[in-house]
Amino acid sequence: MSGLVKAGAGSRALAPGAVPGQPRFPWGCIGYWAASLLFIFVSVFPLLYALSSSLKQGSGLFSPELWPKAPTFANYSGVFAEQPFAQNLLNSLLVAGSVVTLSLGLSLMAAWAFGRVEFRGRGLLLMLILSASMLPQVAVLSGMFELVRAFGIYDTLGALIIADLVLTLPFTVWVLVTFMRQLPKELEEAAAMDGVGVLTLVFRVYMPLLWPAMVATGLLAFIAAWNEFLFALTFTLSTEARTVPVAIALISTPSGFELPWGKIMAASVIVTLPLVALVVVFQRRIVSGLSAGAVKG
Amino acid sequence: MSRGALRCSGAAASRAEEVMANDILRPRLQNAALRGGLAAQRVRRAWWMAAPMLLVLAAVGAWPLLRTIWFSLTDSELSNPGDYAFIGLENYVGEYGLLASADWWQAVGNTLLFTGLSVSLETLLGLGVALLLNQASRLRTLLRAALLVPWAIPTVVSAKMWSWMLHDQFGIVNHHLLALGVIAAPLAWTADPQLSLFSIVLVDVWKATPYMALLILAALQMVPVDCYEAARVDGVPRWQVFRRITLPLILPGLLVAMVFRTLDALRVFDLIYVMTSNSRDTQSMSVFVRQQLIDFGLVGYGSAAATCLFFMIALLSIVAMGLMRRTFERAAA
Amino acid sequence: MSRIELRGISKRFGDTPVLNDIDLSIAPGEFCVFVGPSGCGKSTLLRLLAGLEDPSAGEIEIDGLLVNHLPPAKRNVAMVFQSYALYPHMSVHQNMAFGLQHRKLPAAEIERRIADAVRILQLDGLLQRRPKELSGGQRQRVAIARAIVRQPKVFLFDEPLSNLDAALRVQTRLEIARLHRALGSASMVYVTHDQVEAMTLADRIVLLQPLAGRSDVPSVAQAGAPLALYHHPANRFVAGFIGSPAMNFVDATVKALGDGRVLVDANGMCCAAQLSPQGLAVGEPVTLGIRPEHVLLGEGAQRARVSHVEHLGEVSHVYLELPGISTPLLAKSYHEKIALGELLPFDLPAQAMHLFRADGVAQARGNAAGRSVEAVDG
Repeated sequence: MSGLVKAGAGSRALAPGAVPGQPRFPWGCIGYWAASLLFIFVSVFPLLYALSSSLKQGSGLFSPELWPKAPTFANYSGVFAEQPFAQNLLNSLLVAGSVVTLSLGLSLMAAWAFGRVEFRGRGLLLMLILSASMLPQVAVLSGMFELVRAFGIYDTLGALIIADLVLTLPFTVWVLVTFMRQLPKELEEAAAMDGVGVLTLVFRVYMPLLWPAMVATGLLAFIAAWNEFLFALTFTLSTEARTVPVAIALISTPSGFELPWGKIMAASVIVTLPLVALVVVFQRRIVSGLSAGAVKG
Repeated sequence: MSRGALRCSGAAASRAEEVMANDILRPRLQNAALRGGLAAQRVRRAWWMAAPMLLVLAAVGAWPLLRTIWFSLTDSELSNPGDYAFIGLENYVGEYGLLASADWWQAVGNTLLFTGLSVSLETLLGLGVALLLNQASRLRTLLRAALLVPWAIPTVVSAKMWSWMLHDQFGIVNHHLLALGVIAAPLAWTADPQLSLFSIVLVDVWKATPYMALLILAALQMVPVDCYEAARVDGVPRWQVFRRITLPLILPGLLVAMVFRTLDALRVFDLIYVMTSNSRDTQSMSVFVRQQLIDFGLVGYGSAAATCLFFMIALLSIVAMGLMRRTFERAAA
Repeated sequence: MSRIELRGISKRFGDTPVLNDIDLSIAPGEFCVFVGPSGCGKSTLLRLLAGLEDPSAGEIEIDGLLVNHLPPAKRNVAMVFQSYALYPHMSVHQNMAFGLQHRKLPAAEIERRIADAVRILQLDGLLQRRPKELSGGQRQRVAIARAIVRQPKVFLFDEPLSNLDAALRVQTRLEIARLHRALGSASMVYVTHDQVEAMTLADRIVLLQPLAGRSDVPSVAQAGAPLALYHHPANRFVAGFIGSPAMNFVDATVKALGDGRVLVDANGMCCAAQLSPQGLAVGEPVTLGIRPEHVLLGEGAQRARVSHVEHLGEVSHVYLELPGISTPLLAKSYHEKIALGELLPFDLPAQAMHLFRADGVAQARGNAAGRSVEAVDG
């Protein structure tokens, strides 16, 4: 980690006013490359090591080399064989998918109201919505538990979908309002002249225009729901109803003595790789969504 | 009510009266939208559009929160949640109340230490990484992709990955530190009470620095280029440029990022729960709440702890918002 | 037929009055232009007609139907926006069809109308393009086509030419005039800040003046045929706005009143104006107005020194220094051989003079006098 501190210092010396490709003195350039490469290494190494460990078995697991001597997929097949991991994956996908669809739909409608119409109480409501994103999950835990039991959805995916909305909605509303405000008002007036209703306006005129923002926001909501742990841990009981994070956290050997690290790493890789692929492909959009939510807000 | 009296153009005839006159005198305009003007119709439509989201948020946010606060004043238990009695502030200040519990104060201390350490480290490192990313370079795309990897990995997974790397017997970290001669004997990173909280901070720094860096980067990119050019023309040394130009200009953005991270760190749960379970030495407030609430089934008591955490975060948010507004106003002036 | 009636219309944003007390009637098939300097509320007035804003007071009737509370789509109007406001994600065809589909028109009828609009506006071959693949002029035509297919009773244009370059603006102006003739019965209401557009397109000009926060000033400075506003400006604001370069104004006092004649004294220079003396008193301070094109150079009893000359090619702008008057008198001349510093004889014809009283109201001109001004023109 101390290397990263140096990375910061090195870049600082170079940062302002440096012309890329033609630095005034090579130290800055070397510092920049060294810091960058170190940073990339530290960011990516744990994932690579997890990948490496997941391909090792038995005593091979206890030797720390990065390239496995005898690569095997036994851990991967083991994960699926010894527990309903496929079911867990499907659960995660269903929960995250539903949460994204619901959040985006509800937020897009609300974003029109908050972004394009001036009404009394708008500022206050927006502040309340923003503060809902600061809400600690445990603060709604007992109340939510009661709600979940009252609806009879304890130990079902429905409980997780509903609970996760409290994590995603404030954020998706906030980001979409920011983007909605940037659209020209004439478009809405043209639609009014065309006599289209407000739902058509939002879903047929604005949604296609907000597509990049929708992708960014949707991805962030998807990641939030996919990674959610506390609600999933609390509101599910049976292994069949678990989502992936809970399944991974609770993987153990029957003896309970030492954890099956190979299988845990295999499961971790399975969960992470699609996410990492998604993030790398959509990195620009995600960055724009993250900064829209925080800085402009 | 005579129409002539209402017609006086531009006079003070109120809109409601006008509308009534219209309703009475112009029956062919039987339109549901007649109440109020076009602007009023629009506002009504806005409420309809916002209503579903507001209702859902009220149902899954406001209502459970209020119930939690209410439960904190009762002796409700998980095994029989319907059967409880109102006991006032007993859960807080009673003989066995929260304020008298050493475990609670330990959890508060752990949380504050964790938050302080991780947010300051993440700010420093995030600033460095953001400056790296702000350079136009061939490495930039690769850097940004690498940046997003720790951020996108589920917390549970990163906790497991690091637990494995920090494993006392077979972990790669101990292995290399031993090989380099930095340590004489393997360290129990997650089991040793002296070390475990710092291991947790380390993993959090690894995972959350990217988020910090992205927010700071967004602030950096809003600094107008001509500021740098003017400084360069004036021959200001680079360190001075950073200290006197960059830093003041990104300060509002930096503060926002720090506040967001602080509020996030105060409610930490996943990382600590997965790495050290319910161990008293590292237990955060959120872990404490869940242990009381679910593992011990003490809904009332756990809710009291949750309420404390909530009010702590709420208070901090309000203070932070006030501070930020001042900073923003100064930056704008 | 689609007559538009505005009665007692006022609009304020918060406490700021934007439009005061407008009574206006636009005849079926009329081409009516709202013109005025920026901040006079002309676009707001158009948006009131469109139903995009509520009036603060007053009534709007289209075709005998009170529309105050009708949403835009039910008013039977179509609007062409300054920024065109084409839906960026739809093709030209979809842009035109979108509104019609929402009125549940049969597909065949939609296609027929689109085909008509394509023919009128020469949009052949562009139907499948997206707006961003079109030039500015093409976007403009698509925006107009989108209005045409709705077959409205009233077309509303909000500064439709201001985003085009100069050459295209002239061409599109002609096209809009042609369109108005072709569509016949539909009224057009057109907002512009450009008096040339107003003069060339309008059957009737409604000249609006900025209120500068006052609610006792009427918004409409004058409404009438273009030449009526040019020849018979009702007040100083209208006189100064219409005509380019603007009318010369000179402070003066009334010296004598005659039959259909007023004699004034402008700092020692004595002029006659062929105007009704009604309501004027000897010694009253007034403002004298004369258009640069009506100042006669090279003849007459007065003399003045040339302080500056601008040669525009077809015409020259000659600035004359008058004793005791700070702003020079501007005259148009077709002679190019006018030298700086030259002492020129000039004349201010009595039949071309305008006179404004202290409150800005123009002194009326008898019918005979009005005709004689037009004669000077010719």
